[in-house]
Amino acid sequence: MDLIVAVLFQLIYVISNLALISLGLAIIFGMMRVINLAHGEFLMLGGYTVVVATNAGINIWISMLILAPLIVGVIGVVVERLLIRWLYGRMVDTLLATWGLSLLLVGIVTSLFGASTGTTVSPPLGVLRIGEYSASGYEFFLIIVTILLLFGVWLTLRFTKLGLLARGTMQNAEMASALGVSTSNIYMITFGLGAAVSGLAGGLLAPITGVLPTIGATYIAKAFITVISGGAAILAGTTAGSILLGGINGIFSFIAGSTFGEIALLLAAIILLRLMPKGITGRFFRKSL
Amino acid sequence: MTNSMLRKMRPTFIYALLGIIFMLAAPSVLQLFTIINLTTAIALSVLALSLALIWGYGGILCFGQVAFFGLGAYVYTISAINFGGSTWAILVAIIVTSAFASALGYFIFYGRVSDVYLGVITLTVTLIFFSLIRRTSGPEYKIGNALLGGFNGVSSPPINLPWNSASFLFPEQVFYVAMAALIICYVFVGWLVNTKFGRVCVAIRENELRAELLGYDIRAYKLGIFTIGAGIAAVGGVLFCNGVGRITPDIFNLYNAALTIIWVIVGGRGTLIGPIGATFALFYVTSALGGQSVFNNNLVLGIILIIFVLLVPKGVAPTIIGWASARQKKSQRRVRRRRRAEGTR
Repeated sequence: MDLIVAVLFQLIYVISNLALISLGLAIIFGMMRVINLAHGEFLMLGGYTVVVATNAGINIWISMLILAPLIVGVIGVVVERLLIRWLYGRMVDTLLATWGLSLLLVGIVTSLFGASTGTTVSPPLGVLRIGEYSASGYEFFLIIVTILLLFGVWLTLRFTKLGLLARGTMQNAEMASALGVSTSNIYMITFGLGAAVSGLAGGLLAPITGVLPTIGATYIAKAFITVISGGAAILAGTTAGSILLGGINGIFSFIAGSTFGEIALLLAAIILLRLMPKGITGRFFRKSL
Repeated sequence: MTNSMLRKMRPTFIYALLGIIFMLAAPSVLQLFTIINLTTAIALSVLALSLALIWGYGGILCFGQVAFFGLGAYVYTISAINFGGSTWAILVAIIVTSAFASALGYFIFYGRVSDVYLGVITLTVTLIFFSLIRRTSGPEYKIGNALLGGFNGVSSPPINLPWNSASFLFPEQVFYVAMAALIICYVFVGWLVNTKFGRVCVAIRENELRAELLGYDIRAYKLGIFTIGAGIAAVGGVLFCNGVGRITPDIFNLYNAALTIIWVIVGGRGTLIGPIGATFALFYVTSALGGQSVFNNNLVLGIILIIFVLLVPKGVAPTIIGWASARQKKSQRRVRRRRRAEGTR
């Protein structure tokens, strides 16, 4: 019984971890149909914000939950204004430009902080006991935050004016613009929000993974396949993609080790795309957010 | 070959001839160290050529071409260790890589995955290779006699004369092999894009729907050019691990994947010599940058990529060709006008 609970906990953690690292990407992808290749670097910047701020004496909770999303969100808005907005409608060029941005950010952070950082922060919460097994309290906290974050994005999209405008722009940008919505502003805000969510995720994961300028690369492969398998619906896509792929990854990791878990995840995603080229939400839950 | 094809391929033959002259002259002019470095650059330019084919002519946005390059290098190394010779290992590397690419391509093209997805999926495959092979450091991860070696990689046995595993080639001879392979691949690709197959691929790049309505099975054509591209990338990989002497999982990292894309963008999509030239140029830029610590390589490449996407989206070679032909037309027009003016006088 305890074993089952412990394994289930781990499985849920894997799933929510996947959702956490993918959500920021999914917001930008859902709005603009563009995969932000600098996504990993937004996560990395969130992590650096937390480490730098905590070492400067700021409370770790403030730096994780407030500073990381704020700073990365502002960076996202700046990036959108300086780089992305020139490339709307040119998808391939947008991909390439964000890839250039990704290299640029890695380069800047490496120049500023060096190729490796010795300073890290330790996970602030203690150990959680499940019978004779133990689980990390911080992992439990991350699960809760992920659920709250998904709920928060749903509330924003469903019940606020910004959410309504964003959904309208998502469905038909030309029509929204004809009705007087400044789609350029909407894109800027959503890009900033996506970046902020990525920054928050990166900040939350920093105590577990540590920070390196190139740490983005370890996240993005998983985030990309989750978002692509999920499809264009922001919330339903992320949730469905994370549950399916995270579930497969967790189960195979439990049976055959984490290496096989990753292989299984990739194979599942490729087979899924053969069956549903537009992702899960391209076929099911089409009307969802 | 018909006459018209020979005419179209004239620039290809000229560049190939220049390549042959360079191949024969370089070892007597340059130092051995430069020759060894050049071998690596040649291997990388074969990779650039393969992406120039499938992206520039096939319109397939593959962000993970370096995966086939690295896979080719790994398969070559492992089979050369197991076979005790390089002859079959080279063939096995090309065949296994092409087979892998056609399996991956089947899922991508027959699933009708659009280009943005395709780029991201191929990139993801590359990154997964990176993280998988990094983990294979224990003694339990071995294929035949070859330890995969995880993060440290495997040292690659050098190429030997065909069916004579005792006679290894020296670095200078490897240079000849590499340069010859580059020229052969270049002429092959130059020929391929002028065949019917190649022209259909270009038609698909220009407009998928029209090509399909004309009765071409675009999935099969895309799969075909993708597989050929992967085979050429594998040739590059074999040369690369011979030039460097070992192969590590770092070949699969994001930096190298980006670099491949940058060569083709800077050189220009839709040309073959452009990406090859860009590879050599950037190879020397990055090695020069390696000697100082003010500007980090990532920083410089990021700026190059952004600048080219925003300002020179066609790349260097097509832009130059564009100027040249515009000037030519202008001067032709001027001549014609002058003639007409003289005629009326």
